[in-house]
Formats: sequence, structure tokens, C-alpha cells
Amino acid sequence: MDRDGVNNVRAAARRSKEDKKVLKKQLKASHTLLKHEGVNTSPHPSRSVVVANGGLGNAVSREDLSAALKQIGDLESLLMPPQKPYAFATYRSEDDARKAHAQLNGQKLESGGNAVTLYLSYVDSVKNEGEASVRFPEGLTLLEDFVSPEEEALLLAAVDWSTSTEAQKALKHRKVKHYGFEFRYDNNNVDKDKPLPAGLPQECLAVLQRCLHDGLISVLPDQLTVNQYEAGQGIPPHVDTHSAFEDTILSLSLGAKAVMEFRHPDGRAVPVVLPERSLLVMKRESRYLWTHGITPRKFDLVPACEPRSAAPEPDVSSHSGLTLSKRGTRTSFTFRKIRHQPCCCAFPSACDSRGGNASCRPSPPSLPCCHGDAARLEEEYVHRVYDAIAAHFSSTRHTPWPRVCSFLSSLPPGSVLADVGCGNGKYLGVNPQLVTVGCDRSGALVQICADRGFHAFVSDALSVPLRTASCDACISIAVIHHFSTQERRLAAVRELVRILKPGGLALIYVWAYEQEYNKQKSKYLRDHSKQHNGEKSTGVPEESRGPHTEPNVLTSSRLESKHCGDLKDEGKLSVHTNRTAFNSQDLLVPWHLKGRKTQGEEESCCRFSSRGEPSPVSDSSTSSDSRTSPNSKPSPTADANQVPGGTAAPVFHRYYHVFQQGELEELCCGVNGVGVQTSYHDQGNWCVVLQKE
Amino acid sequence: MKLLTHNMLTSHVKGVTKGYPLLIKATEVKVNEVEFNPKFVCRMIPKLEWSALVQAADQLGHREELPGELVADYEKNEDFLKRVHRVLLEVEVIEGCLQCPESGREFPISRGIPNMLLSEDEA
Repeated sequence: MDRDGVNNVRAAARRSKEDKKVLKKQLKASHTLLKHEGVNTSPHPSRSVVVANGGLGNAVSREDLSAALKQIGDLESLLMPPQKPYAFATYRSEDDARKAHAQLNGQKLESGGNAVTLYLSYVDSVKNEGEASVRFPEGLTLLEDFVSPEEEALLLAAVDWSTSTEAQKALKHRKVKHYGFEFRYDNNNVDKDKPLPAGLPQECLAVLQRCLHDGLISVLPDQLTVNQYEAGQGIPPHVDTHSAFEDTILSLSLGAKAVMEFRHPDGRAVPVVLPERSLLVMKRESRYLWTHGITPRKFDLVPACEPRSAAPEPDVSSHSGLTLSKRGTRTSFTFRKIRHQPCCCAFPSACDSRGGNASCRPSPPSLPCCHGDAARLEEEYVHRVYDAIAAHFSSTRHTPWPRVCSFLSSLPPGSVLADVGCGNGKYLGVNPQLVTVGCDRSGALVQICADRGFHAFVSDALSVPLRTASCDACISIAVIHHFSTQERRLAAVRELVRILKPGGLALIYVWAYEQEYNKQKSKYLRDHSKQHNGEKSTGVPEESRGPHTEPNVLTSSRLESKHCGDLKDEGKLSVHTNRTAFNSQDLLVPWHLKGRKTQGEEESCCRFSSRGEPSPVSDSSTSSDSRTSPNSKPSPTADANQVPGGTAAPVFHRYYHVFQQGELEELCCGVNGVGVQTSYHDQGNWCVVLQKE
Repeated sequence: MKLLTHNMLTSHVKGVTKGYPLLIKATEVKVNEVEFNPKFVCRMIPKLEWSALVQAADQLGHREELPGELVADYEKNEDFLKRVHRVLLEVEVIEGCLQCPESGREFPISRGIPNMLLSEDEA
């Protein structure tokens, strides 16, 4: 008995020794990470500690962290920088800080259903960088409590969501209803000579009269869009089409608050908290040049001292901090005045009346303004390229993407399947129980399909020569991102739906703007380390890195080593640097053509050569390799592939429109008679399954 | 081009309302043996436009005595299924063209591949 007792104590002591070792290791890792963030930890005790993992970026709420810290001692301030996985706490005495360090280090903290392990380190001083107040965009005004709670209820009751009309749509990320005129998401404009039968609801009149009286507007709006966002929903960043609406745009927030993010083309981002019952007035620069959008999420970061925030803490709020605010259902009323003359604003780069296109963003070897331009762009930068690179392209396309395969395998035997944009036919034989036909714009690729014994023909995805309602299913994998206008992308989806039988399914994959999703880099980005050496020697024009990157796109120091020389010309499509995050939605992606001599090698080592491609994992063992050893040297095979014969490989450029989150679903909602069944992100692609009604 | 593909193809020239079935003008036809899978053929038959298949087979001189109307109980008729299999999957047009029955527009078939691309003003 006694012996056992002694042994147990020893075992416990050993464990705790081991625990300490682990803790030490973890602390060291946390120091390294903090150093990257510019946070310098100190070996000497002080009044301030940095709490790694206890940050808003880890979904830890201010309330929970502050409660834990206050249990220990007299907390002077708590600073939680937005989106960061750490926070800074300062105690009134060094003693309390020491206690906190001793008691909380390595301990778990529960917050919002998540548990995180806190690591505490001393810091010499805490700089409140968040203090530098961000200025509102020029022309933007927020009027709080513009309507009373009674008016709010009246307005919300005025919208009848139950009756379904043409002017009402359930978009993936929100519900929307139009009055006065319908805003069309297919061309991002309004039919100005087709007013809707329902004008603006009577209930709005009093509010609008007040706007007129207060001088916010000089004429009454004639168009109203009502958007309803559930928690977790949002709207992609956009500028309201210049040619469609006059200058002033009014947006009334009802029901719940949300954070709207304004972005200037130079990269400045200004989050604006829109409390319920507030009126946002967008004029001039804020209306014409800045994009605005609402990120789909369930919590917002809001100032902790903001009067309406979830739980204000008077004792710490004197030091401005941020906290998380849970979103509720927000309904916005956006009032606009239809424009009947071309726009003549001071921001031609963002003006569709001046050839720029606010909704489609930059311009290509000039982004097309008309159908003919678009067709010519695609002819040169898509069709000709695929014909020229067909053999090399095909040699790198031998592994079907797993989730496409599972879709194909789920179809009942004997189903008729059309692969529109079948490339080299890698999906045509995946499920031999299906009756499969493929088509592609590239004759050279279709020839490869035919040589493999598949049924295939040459056609354009905008005009597929298949009978209407003849297919049980169709797939469009990595195709629609090659269309250069919204109308053409919409037409491509419409054509897929046309050939489906009622109840038939369509699977669509497009390349995603977001190459990092749920903190996971896509294989496309992960492969960059392996590519890096080969990439530099090819002499590809490299695009300057814009000052702004999406917050969720990780910028690693490796990516920034390239030169930032040639700025892209105004109105020209930018050339993408392979294996890096995108900084534009419309771009040219280089394809480095390999010489014939190396083609034999490609098949065996294609994971190193499948550049410039929306490629979900083609080989899971490789991808895990690349994650665990990002700095390992490229394998000898990759080196051998580098530059055949010592001469630079020819480079071709393919046009892409990479899709932002929610954009594909929204596009598909522009097609009648079809519903989005599921949508997902798969290794750097946005994907939807549609079902025809 | 096999007749299975032909059975699904239609003319898509702008303005054409009756573009199906396409007429076949073949200059080279081949017959390649393909493994017979009765179950697969069975499942395929209800997906076909039967009369278009018979008409196409006729045009190529490979009707294989297929009846003008689909027979009942074909599932158990192995001889019939074999003939359908031959027409659908073994007969192949290598060179020639497909013609739109309404507009007369011809789509070339070369090396077994129909080219259904339209010019900008036809689409």
C-alpha cells in the first residue's frame, strides 16, 4: 500500500516535470510567433503581460478573458487588437501580474463554447495602436437613432417576405426585395424603363421626407432595395453601379447592428459599425470610389465602449478596446435615385459610364465592355492558349479531384452526364456506369478525349449543342472563370441548366479569389515553396503587389521577396504571379510551356509542374509533405524540369475571373428555375451543386 | 462520332426551332468492336430518342434491322440489345459532317470529332 502510494506520487511528479517541459516548449513557440507579429516579450516581470491565444482572433470574447484576469488582481486595462490571437493585460501592480503569470499560464480558458490554452509572457510596454482613429471615407455620414423603435417596427412590418415576386430573391448570403425598380444581379444594373408595379412602401415616406427636410437628399429616391441578413450572412464588397444610380445613397439599418467595411482602392479599410435604427448616408467619394460590404460572420468586432455593445465594462472601457458582438437579423433599407444620364463623377477609374466597370473591377488588355470585346479577349487569352498548351496541359491533368469523383459516383447508373469543358477528359471515365459525353472549346483537348475512346465534341459552353432537358447531370469544372463578363458567366450557367432534365444536378467549380480558407492554404499556394526556384528563372513579368491583400490571405515573407517594380498600367489586366495570393479578381495567369523533351518526365513529377492551375489536392501524400517541410529543397526531378535545354520556356497567359466567396451562388441565383443545393470551398475553388426545378 | 453522341446533339444555330435530329453526311465510317454490356445498353435505351437513332443508323447503312418503334420487353431480348449496342457504340463516323435540318448549316466531323462551334453572328 505504502509503496504504491509512493510510486504514485513519483509518477505524478514525473508527469508534472514533463508537463513543465511541454509548457516550456509551447511558451517558446508562442514567443517565436509573437516576434513575427512585432510583439517583444520580456524575461523580466512587469505590470503588463501578453496573453497568447487569448485574442479576438481566436474567438475569445473580451468578457470571458477579462473575468479570468480580474479574478487574479486589479486589472488596469485590457487591450484586444482586432483579428489577433493575443491580448495585452496591464495590472495596477507588478505583483498581480506575477500572480496572473503563475496561475493562468498554460491554463485553459472557455469562451463561446471554445477552449483555448493561454500562454502568458511579460511585455515592457503596451502600445495601443488601435487608438489611431480611422477616418471615415470622404462623403460618409452616420446618423444614429434616425428612426424611433416604433418607426423601426412599422418599416419592418411593411416588407412582406411571404409573397414571392420576381423582384424578390433568396440569395445565398441574404434575402433581397426590390421596390420601384428591380436591381438585376446579372448585369448589375436596373431596367430603367421597366418600373416595378409596387412603388416604395408608404411607410417609408415619413423617413424620406425627413431626409429631404434635413438636406440629406435633394430629390426623393425612386428605388428601394431591402436586404435581410441572418447572422453569418453578408454581402460581397461592391460599389453601387454608377450609371444606375445618382450620387446620394441612403441605407437604413433595422433590427440589429452590423459592421460594414469600406475599402479604398489604395488598400485603406474602414470598418463602420451600423447600429440598429441608424441611417448611413453615402455621398461623393464614399459612394463612387470606396467599396462597401459586410463580411459573412456570426460575430462582429465592435468598440467595447460603444454604447450599444453587448456588455460594456465601465471600469476598463476608458481604455478603448474591442469586443465581440453577436449578430442578430439585420434588415437594411437602401434608398437610391435612378440615374437617367451617364455618370460624370470625379472617379472615372471606378465609373462604368466611362468604360471602367465598378462591379467587374479593373480592366484587362482592357476588361471587355461589350460582347464582341469579351469574345475577342477569351479567343486570345483562353481558346488559343489551351490549343497551344494542350499536350503539356493534359500531361499535368491526370488525377481527378476527389470531390468531383464522389459527385460522379453518387449519380444513379445509366444517368446521362455532360461534361461541359471536359479538357482532356479526365472525368469522362470516372464512373463507367454513366452515359457520358464531353465537350470543350479546344479541339486539341477534345482530340485527346477521342483518342482515349470517350464521346466528345468541340463546342462553346455558351452554346452547347445538346438537346434541352436531355441530361440527368452535368459538370462544369474550372470553366466558368474563363468568361470575362458577368453576362457571359451567367449565360454559361443558364446553358448548363437548360440541358438538364427537371430534377437534374449540375456541379460547378470555379477558381476562388480566397486561396486560403479556414486558415488552410490551398494546395495551389502550398506548392509555392516547391515552385519557387523554378519560377524565378522563367522571366515572367511579375505584378506589383498591391498594398491591400484580403485579410484572410496570408502574406508570407517568402512571397514578398519578389520585386515590386512595374506597376500595372491603368486599365490593363494584371499578370498573376503563380502560387501566390490573388490581388485582383480579373487577371492573366501565366502558363510555362514545357518542351517536348521533358514531357515524359511530367507525368511522374507533375506535382511540381502543374502551375497556374486551380488544383485541389491531386496527391495527398505530397501535400502533407509540403506542409511539414516548407523549406525543403525542391526534389531533383523538379530541378531537372526547370528550364529544358537551358532556354526559357515559352509563357502563355490565360484570362481568369476568380470568384469571391458567395459570388458563385449569387451568380447561380440569377438563373431561373434552379436552386443551389449545396456550396463549398474545395482547395482554392468555390463549388456549387445546382438542382433544376 | 458514335451514334450515341449524335442522339444527343442538336443544331444550336440562332433562330433555328427544329434543329433535331441532325442529318449525317458521312464520307468515312468505321465499325469498332466494343465490349457488350447488356445492363448498360438496357439503361441507355430509355434515355434515347429512338426514331432519331434509327434514322441515323439508316443513313449510315447500319440499321441492323432495328424496328421503327421500340419493342416491348427489350430488357430480356439479348439479340435486340446486341444490335442496339452495335448501332450506338460500335458504328463511328470518322469523316463527314452533320447538317442542321432547318438552316442547312453544316458542322464538320474530322478524325471522328464533330466541331459544333458557331461564328459570332450564328450564336
